[in-house]
Amino acid sequence: MALARVYVTLKKSVFDPQGKTIHDALQSLGYRGVADVRQGKFFEVSLEGMSADEARAVTEEIARKVLANPVIESYSIEVSS
Amino acid sequence: MKIGVVVFPGSNCDHDTYHVLKHVCGQEARFVWHRSPDLSGLDAVVLPGGFSYGDYLRTGAIARFSPVMQAVTAFAARGGPVLGICNGFQILQEAGLLPGAMLRNRGVKFLSQPVHVRVERADTVASVGLAEGEVLTMPIAHGEGNLYLPDAELDRIEAEGRVVFRYTTRDGRLEDAANVNGSARAIAGLCNEARNVVGLMPHPERASEGALGSADGRHIFESLIRSVAHAGSSLAQAG
Repeated sequence: MALARVYVTLKKSVFDPQGKTIHDALQSLGYRGVADVRQGKFFEVSLEGMSADEARAVTEEIARKVLANPVIESYSIEVSS
Repeated sequence: MKIGVVVFPGSNCDHDTYHVLKHVCGQEARFVWHRSPDLSGLDAVVLPGGFSYGDYLRTGAIARFSPVMQAVTAFAARGGPVLGICNGFQILQEAGLLPGAMLRNRGVKFLSQPVHVRVERADTVASVGLAEGEVLTMPIAHGEGNLYLPDAELDRIEAEGRVVFRYTTRDGRLEDAANVNGSARAIAGLCNEARNVVGLMPHPERASEGALGSADGRHIFESLIRSVAHAGSSLAQAG
């Protein structure tokens, strides 16, 4: 069983209203050192009967087609077996 | 003329849309369940507002994989008029039938309020017969209506005249405060290249009778009906 972790985040060029709101809240709590917050999504995908390479390829396809919207989001993948 | 209203799990403006088409505009209407790929006999298709699949993953992201969406894509490719309202607009974006994506509103809050939108183009299936520059008042009700496209893409769709509606003041002036959700270039509605697929965030079905405070939304449905009548149903008729 391979486990793929997919991180989906808004592209750097895209304004993140939720991250901005969280950042504002942290500022009012006094966390002066927090320069920025970006909110994203995290997925754990379990894959059966695949090598790590196959699992990565399938997860790559899933991320591109479903988990992320390429207009606004980018993703990164980590696979462990 | 027969118009289909697609029903996804979580659609909640389907009955309002059906009501306006049937009882206000006097057209035949039928619901199309999202698992059905059958659009036969329909002259136009409306994707109504709501929260399809609970907005899981992203608004419209799961609905685009419903069997009906392949049929809607084929229907649109044949020139059939398709109107997406609010969540319907988001689904059309996810399906790649309309450009862009919706971010959370810039103030993060869900916005439920009347807005004014200026008609930018009167040559689409949802605006034919309207006057360019005319201002319509309709309500919005969404958390993700903050339209995003990269600048180069925005320039391209502007050059192609595909911005159909823009948020303005009541008298049609562009003002930052009138662009309540923070959409790029105050875009409230867009069309595809062929101008037969239109999406808009405001809800025309909630503003189609005087008793509701505005009947401006009715013009959108009348445009849809007019565009079918002009095109001749043979072009749009689903096979």
